[in-house]
Amino acid sequence: MLTKGTVIKYGDNVDTDVIIPARYLNTSDEKELASHCMEDIDKTFVTRVKPGDIMVAGTNFGCGSSREHAPLAIKTSGIACVVAKSFARIFYRNAINIGLPIIECDTDAIDEGDTLEIDFDKGELKNLTKNTTSTFAPFPPFLQDIIKAGGLLKSIGGQK
Amino acid sequence: MGMTMTQKILAAHCGEKHVEAGQIIQANIDLVLGNDITTPVAINEFNKSGCSCVYDQNKVVFVMDHFTPNKDIKAAEQSKQIRDFAKDKGIVNCFDVGEMGVEHALLPERGMVICGDLVIGADSHTCTYGALGAFSTGVGSTDMAAGMATGKVWLKVPSAIKFNLTGQLNKNVYGKDVILHILGLIGVDGALYKSMEFAGDGVASLSISDRLCIANMAIECGAKNGIFPVDEKTLEYVRARSNREPVVYEADPDAVYERVIDIDLSTVKQTVAFPHLPENARTFDDIPDIPIDQVVIGSCTNGRLEDLVIAADILRGKKVAKGVRCIVIPATQKIYLDAMEMGLLRDFVEAGCAVSTPTCGPCLGGHMGVLAKGERCVATTNRNFVGRMGHPESEVYLASPAVAAASALAGKIAPAE
Repeated sequence: MLTKGTVIKYGDNVDTDVIIPARYLNTSDEKELASHCMEDIDKTFVTRVKPGDIMVAGTNFGCGSSREHAPLAIKTSGIACVVAKSFARIFYRNAINIGLPIIECDTDAIDEGDTLEIDFDKGELKNLTKNTTSTFAPFPPFLQDIIKAGGLLKSIGGQK
Repeated sequence: MGMTMTQKILAAHCGEKHVEAGQIIQANIDLVLGNDITTPVAINEFNKSGCSCVYDQNKVVFVMDHFTPNKDIKAAEQSKQIRDFAKDKGIVNCFDVGEMGVEHALLPERGMVICGDLVIGADSHTCTYGALGAFSTGVGSTDMAAGMATGKVWLKVPSAIKFNLTGQLNKNVYGKDVILHILGLIGVDGALYKSMEFAGDGVASLSISDRLCIANMAIECGAKNGIFPVDEKTLEYVRARSNREPVVYEADPDAVYERVIDIDLSTVKQTVAFPHLPENARTFDDIPDIPIDQVVIGSCTNGRLEDLVIAADILRGKKVAKGVRCIVIPATQKIYLDAMEMGLLRDFVEAGCAVSTPTCGPCLGGHMGVLAKGERCVATTNRNFVGRMGHPESEVYLASPAVAAASALAGKIAPAE
């Protein structure tokens, strides 16, 4: 799988309360959730995000609440992949479970507006703006199976 | 190589003699939990999967605690969806208004979680039950749906940090101060993906209420779970509430820890976490005069009877400062009733506090105490992120019930004397 997109960058400890504030959790409608994505730290996100854009952040991305509405809002807003130095663990599993691609790698040299090309199979991240290439560790086989199946519930189809 | 307490519980729940950090397992679940925010998403996923029944009608628990009693039409529709699903699938434990409480106070109180259990919940503070020697962790709605369908969850076996507790807490210092102190030491990702295993002579002096509070905020350190060894206090607590036989796991003497942190409880001071991260822990040596607009005493972190007793002892016979709104929320119906019988509710009302029916409400800026722009709140809750309790430019200061009550009287952030 290959994805190419423009970077929208945030800092460390982006929590799920700012990704999707709790006041909007009275719905599970994905489009409605996406329309409020990031609004408490970046009111411009929903107007400037384009399908295929890549969200880049620092450490502990998605910390806080277990709300799956957070990765859902990001995915539905059009973001193709989230790249961060580290992810909070519930966000990490939620993203895998709903099929939002995420990558853990150093992000210091990536800036807002850079164009990235990510090859998930090779584990390679190219910064086309800065002409650099870095690598990232692929998911363990078990998680790859969930991703390939299109999410957790599809992957357990045989067990029900 | 020995196993940690967490690893032993995980091994027992996936039928292995031995597991090690990094291994991915499929573990059997003793209980799967969801609330009125996360369960609707789980129900949608469950229905999409084509499953017709849950794996065990006794082991799925719904607690409608976040936006209840429902704050608006949309929230009411979500609760209705859960109610209808529970009826349709024969879910035994669906706690609605009138019998519900804040989930992580309710489940221990009802003996639904005991030592040795493996619990997942679509709520990040599910880690609370580690206080009782259970493995419990927060997951998302899809994990909850898969858990309801199969009774299993995929887990990566965590490595651990050991917190070696010694000494005893001083007067007016509580479990909340301990966990805020730890957050100040290791930060909001200091235990990312790991277990926080509490051990040492100091554990015995901590009440179950303090342990529940400490384990509750393990997630604030990024941890997968926080867990306490089982002792006489734990066994007495669970035996008074459950007929099931507790299963006690202990860490192996040669268990491997990534790090060992020694904490002398007698050195922990009254602590406040400043906006906008729980790791911004400060003691009163370093807190200027900060006027406040609101105080919230409640939540899964500090809404138990012990917490209300601490607050009432400070507020009794006094008045909340003019201009401060003090909201007290007993976490469950039983706590509400006990507080009533003990006269605590009268103490609160006479002091000028509002007393609410159980709800998570204000903790997450849902309802029952949302903050306006620029307002400041001292809360016994667990998170002080940007916009957590209302307007993105409001501020939340996390503290113990003692500091919260003292602050309500002083009209500014103040220590309990």
